Amino acid sequence: MSWAWVVVIVLVLLVFGLYLSMTAGRLDRLHQRIDTSVLALDALLLRRSAVALELATSGVMDPASAIVVAEAAHGARTAGENDNLARAGAESALTQALVIALGEPEELALIRGTESGSELLAELDAACRRVELGRRFLNDAVRACRAVRSQTLVRTLRLAGHAPWPQSWEMDDSVPDGLVTR
Amino acid sequence: MKIGLVCPYAWDAPGGVRSHVADLAQTLIARGHEVSVLAPIEEADDVPDWIVDGGSPVSVPYNGSVAKLSFGVKATGRVRRWIRDGNFDVLHVHEPLAPSLSLLACWVGRGPIVATWHSSSERSRMLSASFYIAQTAMEKVTARIAVSEDARRFLVGHLGGDAVLIPNGVRVSDFITDERLPEFDPSRPSMVFLGRMDEPRKGLDVLVAALPAIVEGVPDVQVVIVGPGDIEEQRESLDPSVRDNVVYLGRVSDSDKARAFASADIYVAPHTGGESFGIVLAEAMAASTAVLASDLPAFRNVLADGTAGRLFATGDSTALAQAAVELLTDSSARTELVLAGRDRVMDFDWEHVVDDVLAVYDSVTVNGEHVTEDLRGQLVGRLMGRG
Repeated sequence: MSWAWVVVIVLVLLVFGLYLSMTAGRLDRLHQRIDTSVLALDALLLRRSAVALELATSGVMDPASAIVVAEAAHGARTAGENDNLARAGAESALTQALVIALGEPEELALIRGTESGSELLAELDAACRRVELGRRFLNDAVRACRAVRSQTLVRTLRLAGHAPWPQSWEMDDSVPDGLVTR
Repeated sequence: MKIGLVCPYAWDAPGGVRSHVADLAQTLIARGHEVSVLAPIEEADDVPDWIVDGGSPVSVPYNGSVAKLSFGVKATGRVRRWIRDGNFDVLHVHEPLAPSLSLLACWVGRGPIVATWHSSSERSRMLSASFYIAQTAMEKVTARIAVSEDARRFLVGHLGGDAVLIPNGVRVSDFITDERLPEFDPSRPSMVFLGRMDEPRKGLDVLVAALPAIVEGVPDVQVVIVGPGDIEEQRESLDPSVRDNVVYLGRVSDSDKARAFASADIYVAPHTGGESFGIVLAEAMAASTAVLASDLPAFRNVLADGTAGRLFATGDSTALAQAAVELLTDSSARTELVLAGRDRVMDFDWEHVVDDVLAVYDSVTVNGEHVTEDLRGQLVGRLMGRG
């Protein structure tokens, strides 16, 4: 009788331990996914500002629009390296500058009329879309990780260790209307 | 002379460059010149007929803040048309590096072009990319004017070459008034502060820290704070012993500004930096008010080394309090400053300043060339097959 109880208790403990270890592993993977998503988004944002800067200095835009875009792109590239809030603000400002500067159909037609201009617009379009995707993937990972971390068991047993609470990346990443050609 | 002036910032928004252009235009018109001003306009009603709408401005993040500018192909088209129709003898653009109508005017125009540089502060630090972009347009500027030594240094440092120094003008006659604001009690000594309360460089904090000592020296003093900001929050920050001495007026109209100066015994300018000229000091002098200002290079210059107004160590509340009490209790010292100030401000009177501007116009128009459209090497030119 007591022998059977011992087996049951050991089994329950075993299953419980297995569950905890699996959850910890899952959390670890989720944190890793966030880290790689952050790195990817960082690269995508840098790519976008680089193309924007190239477009601004290529002489295909009127100089006033070009300076607005160049200043915003520079701002995005130099904004707080360890300050995500400042960085997101500067990246949103670049989005706004692009939306405004490329907002007129006439302007786009002129830029497209040149060879380098149409190439750069296509590159910018691709870069903007990838930023949109990269941010969505990052925020997906953050949401999934937060869901696991807010479970009572995970919180009480501190399964996440010292990992900081995952932060979503909030910015305006709309693709300028005019870029959409497809 | 047919003169085309370009203002890069929205005409509806108050600002230093905008007032400069408006005053210059009015003074030139009064001298019998034919003037047209191109500026971004938000609401087209109620503008004088010498102002041409350069397109509605858009708010863009620029230079660390949000500016209201006009740019893009439509704006370029308007500038082009304005230049073509205007047939100007001289084109005078202001703040040519701001990404707006001024830069576009340099870009699409050719002929006698004069550019005036206003900004100088570290905020207007620009990228080399921007200079590169603006290069073609900047190379067409025939004559360069800087409104202050700082603006000139900025321009020379970034673009090389040189610039003529022509200071900001004040329409002195606009500030001469016998009217007083009812908020001032004429039987009490009074001092006035002017400027945004929440802009630290306007130095309201320095004045607030000096108030207890001032009230101790002159118990019935009246301190009037003029300018936008959170009045409740500001009042809270006052020492309780001085609250009854302080009056807030909020934002006021230009004519009330003149009346506020004229009503006060002292205008205090406790700025801690960021001023390239100090036009407001000249305005106070024009309104016959004794000026007490911090010892910034620009202020020292406007006040003729302290002979046309009293200077105190920048940011030093104790020095401010001491000087304020001295001036408030010594009416003959005040009168002396007022007289010297009225004399000094005539150097900045538009009537006088405009002569220097006209001399620049004359020097670039000697061969009688007009301002025309420039299609060389530009996109539109290329597309039209004229490149």
